[in-house]
Amino acid sequence: MMDPDFVDLSRWQFALTALYHFLFVPLTLGLTWILVIMESVYVMTGKEVYKDMTKFWGKLFGINFALGVTTGLTMEFEFGTNWAYYSHYVGDVFGAPLAIEGLMAFFLESTFVGMFFLGWERLSKRQHLAVTFLTALGTNLSALWILVANGWMQNPVGAEFSLETMRMEMTSFAEVFFNPVAQVKFIHTVAAGYVTGSMFVAGISAYYLLKRRDLGFARRSMAVALGFGLAGVLSVIVLGDESGYEVGDVQKTKLAAVEAEWHTEEPPASFTLFGYPNDETMETEAAIKIPYVMGIIATRSLDEEVTGIKDLIKQAENRIRAGIVAYRAMTAIRNGTGDEEDRALFDMYKKDLGYALLLKRYTDKVVDATDEQIAKAARDTIPDVTLMFWAFRIMVASGFIMLFLFVTGFIMMARRRLENHRWLLRAFLYGIPLPWIAIETGWFVAEYGRQPWAIGEVLPTFLATSSLTATDLMISIAGFVTFYTVLAIIEFYLMFKFARLGPSSLHTGRYHFERNAGTATLAGAPAAPHQD
Amino acid sequence: MVMDYESLKFVWWLLIGILLVGFAIMDGMDMGVGSLLPFLGKSDPERRVIINTVGPHWDGNQVWFITAGGAIFAAWPAVYAASFSGFYFAMLLVLFALFLRPVGFDYRSKLDDPRWRNTWDWGLMVGSAVPPLVFGIAFGNLLQGVPFHYDDIMRPWYTGSFWALLNPFALLAGLVSLAMIVLHGAAFLQLRTEQPIAQRAQGMVTKAGLVYIAAFALAGTWVALGIDGFEIVKDRPHDALPIPVGKEVVVAAGAWLKNYSQYPITLLAPLTGFAAAVLAILASRAGRAGWTFFFTALVQLGTIFTAGLSMFPFIMPSSDNPSHSLTMWDATSSHLTLNVMFIAAVIFVPIIIAYTTWNFWKMWRVVTVKEIEEQSHLAY
Repeated sequence: MMDPDFVDLSRWQFALTALYHFLFVPLTLGLTWILVIMESVYVMTGKEVYKDMTKFWGKLFGINFALGVTTGLTMEFEFGTNWAYYSHYVGDVFGAPLAIEGLMAFFLESTFVGMFFLGWERLSKRQHLAVTFLTALGTNLSALWILVANGWMQNPVGAEFSLETMRMEMTSFAEVFFNPVAQVKFIHTVAAGYVTGSMFVAGISAYYLLKRRDLGFARRSMAVALGFGLAGVLSVIVLGDESGYEVGDVQKTKLAAVEAEWHTEEPPASFTLFGYPNDETMETEAAIKIPYVMGIIATRSLDEEVTGIKDLIKQAENRIRAGIVAYRAMTAIRNGTGDEEDRALFDMYKKDLGYALLLKRYTDKVVDATDEQIAKAARDTIPDVTLMFWAFRIMVASGFIMLFLFVTGFIMMARRRLENHRWLLRAFLYGIPLPWIAIETGWFVAEYGRQPWAIGEVLPTFLATSSLTATDLMISIAGFVTFYTVLAIIEFYLMFKFARLGPSSLHTGRYHFERNAGTATLAGAPAAPHQD
Repeated sequence: MVMDYESLKFVWWLLIGILLVGFAIMDGMDMGVGSLLPFLGKSDPERRVIINTVGPHWDGNQVWFITAGGAIFAAWPAVYAASFSGFYFAMLLVLFALFLRPVGFDYRSKLDDPRWRNTWDWGLMVGSAVPPLVFGIAFGNLLQGVPFHYDDIMRPWYTGSFWALLNPFALLAGLVSLAMIVLHGAAFLQLRTEQPIAQRAQGMVTKAGLVYIAAFALAGTWVALGIDGFEIVKDRPHDALPIPVGKEVVVAAGAWLKNYSQYPITLLAPLTGFAAAVLAILASRAGRAGWTFFFTALVQLGTIFTAGLSMFPFIMPSSDNPSHSLTMWDATSSHLTLNVMFIAAVIFVPIIIAYTTWNFWKMWRVVTVKEIEEQSHLAY
C-alpha cells in the first residue's frame, strides 16, 4: 500500500504545478490570434498603428510566453518523475499524443516565436505575418494534442488492458484522437483561451481609455479584443453546455457531483441553481431548483434519467465485486495456475478490473477484501461534492459576467458610446482576473472531478504514483513553490511595468510618455498624425 | 503496419538515438553558448551579442529535448517511468536549471539595471551548463547499471539515492558531456560573432576540445578495464510482447565492448568522436569556423552513439536484478503505438527540418555590437 501522505503530496504537487502552468497557457492561446488579427490589418492597410499594436501586445505576450514554456517543462517531466506507474501503465496510449504534440505543435510555435520577436527587420511584411500565424497555429495545435491526451484520461477509448504486459495498450489511434470528450474539451478550452486574451487586451486598453492616453492605439486594440472576445465567450458557453452533455454520457459521477444530485430523480431532472450540499448527510440544503434543465443538458432528452450519487455508489460497489473476480483470475493466470475458466472470467470482467484496484488503498489482498473495505472503496468513487458544486458555479458565473461585459462593450463600441461609460471601462479593467478564475475553477471541475481515477475507471490515482517517499515530495514541493513564487513576482512586475507604460515602451517616439517628455522631437521621430 | 515488430523496435532505437543527437546538436548549441556567456562576454553589449546569436533559435532548439522526452515516453514507456522517477532529484535539478532559460533569455534585457542583467547572465549559464552535465552523469550511471527492480504488478522501485549517482565514473561521463556541449557552443560563437568575441571563442574551442578528447579517452579506458557490462544469456524472441522481466541477464566484465568486437563497424562511433574533435580544433585554429561547427556536430553524433552502441540492446540495465534490465526489445510500446509514432515521425521530422532551416537561413548573420546598439529595444 502506498503511504497516503505521500499520495496526497504527489497530488498537491501536480495540482499546484498544473494550475500554475495553466495561468499562462490560455493567455498565449488567445493573444497569439489577437496578434494575427492586428498584424493582418497592418499588412492589409499598411497603417503603422497596427504594427505598433502587434509589437506592443507581442511584448506582453512574450513576458507571458516565457513562463508558459518554463512551467510547461515541469508538466512533461512530472509524468515520469512523479507518476511513474501511470507512465508505465498507460504510456503506450498516453505517450503518443504527447510525442505528437512535440512533433506537430511545439516545434512549430517555438521555432516561429523567436522569429516573431526578433525577425521584424529581417522578414518581409507577409513573411512576418506568416510567422505570427504559424506561432498561433502551433500553440493551438498543442492544446489539441494535450487535450486528446487529457480526454483519454477522462474517457479511455481505443485501448485495452493486456494481461501479458500488465498495462493498457492502444487498439485504435483514430478512436483515441476522435474521442468525443477530447474534441469537445479542445474547443471549450481554446475558446476559453480566446476569452482570456480578449479580456486581457480589453482590460488594459480600458485602462488607457480611462487615463485618456494613446487613444487611437487603445480604441483599435479595444475593438479587436471586443470582437474576438464576444465570439470566444459565446463559443465557450455553447461548448461548455456540449461538454456537459458529453460528461453526462461518460462521467456520471462528475456530473452528479457538480449538480449535487444525490438521488436519481424522475426524468427530466431539475437543475440545482443554488444550495448548500452536505457530503455527510448526502442532501443539499436550501436548494433552488429549475425543473427540466438538467435532464436536457445532460441527456438531450426528456425521458432519460440522470443517475444520482447514491445509486452511483451502489453501481460502483457492484463493479468492485466484479473487478475482484477479474483480479483473482488475472493473478491465477499470471502465476501460471490459471485455466480456461479463469481466462473466460477475466475477459468477462476485465472492464471492472480498475474498480478492484480501488481496494488497494485499503488492502494489498484485493481478493480477500471485506464488505467494509468494498463499501469504503465504493464511497471513494464520488469526489467531494461541495467543492465540485461551488467550483462549477464560480466558473459559470465568471463566464456569464464576461458574456455581459463583451455584449455590452460590443454594443457600446458599435454605437461609439464606449468611452462615455466609464463604469464599463472600469469593469473591464478590474474584470481582468475573471477569465483566470473561470479557467482555474474549470480545471478543478475537470480534473478533481475525475477523482479517484487517474484514468477513468481504469487506474486509481493513488496507484499511479512513483515509488518515492513523502520526504522526497516535501523537498520537491518546496523547490517548486520557491521557484514559482520568485518567477511569479518577476513576471507580475514586468507585466505591470510594461502594461502601465503602454506603447511608449516601443520607443517609437509616437506615444504618450515619450511625446510628453518631448523625446519625440529630440529623437527626431516623426509624430504620427493618425494617433489621436 | 509499415514494418514487423522486431524491425520497428530497432528503428525506434535508432530514432531515439537520432532525436538525442538532434537535441545535442541543436539545443547543445545554445546550451554551450549559454554556458560560455559570462566568460566570453566582457561587457553588456558583448553579452547581448552572444545571447542574440541564439536568440531566435533557442526555443525551437529546446523542443528537440522535449520531443526526445516525449518520444521516449511514447516508444519506451517503461524507460521513461523507471528513469525519470529513479533519477528523481537529478531530473528536478535539470528541470529547475531549465527554468532559468526561457525567462533568462526573454527578461534579461527588458530592464536596464546592470545587477538585474548580470544575475540573469549567471542564471542562463547555470541553466545551460547543468542539464548537459546531469545528462552525462545519468549516462555514466546507465553504463554501471541502475539500482531498480519491478514488483508483481510491474511497478518500478528505485533503491539507490541521489548521492550515489555522483560516483567518480558518472562525474567523468558528466565532464565528457559538458565538454562536448561547450565545444559545440564555442564553435557556434566563433561562426556567428565578430572580434574580439570570436577570438575568445576560438581559444575555447581548443580548450574544450582537448578536455573532451582526454575525458572521452579516459572514460573509454575506464569502461574497458574497470566497469562490468551486462549480457543477456537467455533471450526472448525479439518480436515478442514487451515484458521486461522475462529474460535472463548476467553482469560480465568486458560485456560493454562485445558489440565492438562482434561488429567492428560500430567502432566508427568512438572514432568519429575523437577524429571530429581533432578536426574541429584544427579547423577552428585555421579560422574555418563553418567546418569547425560541422565537426563539433559530428562529435555529438559520435559520442552519443558510442554510449548507445556499447550498451546495445540495453537501455537501462538494472543492478538490483540484472534480469529486470530494460532493453530496446522489451521496454517498448505495443506494435501499433510504435507504428503510429513512426508514421508521425516520418511525416513531421522533414517538415520540422525544413522550417528550422528557413529560420536559420533568414536569421543568419554575424551578430555585432553595432547591430545590438541600433536595435536595442528589439533585441534580447
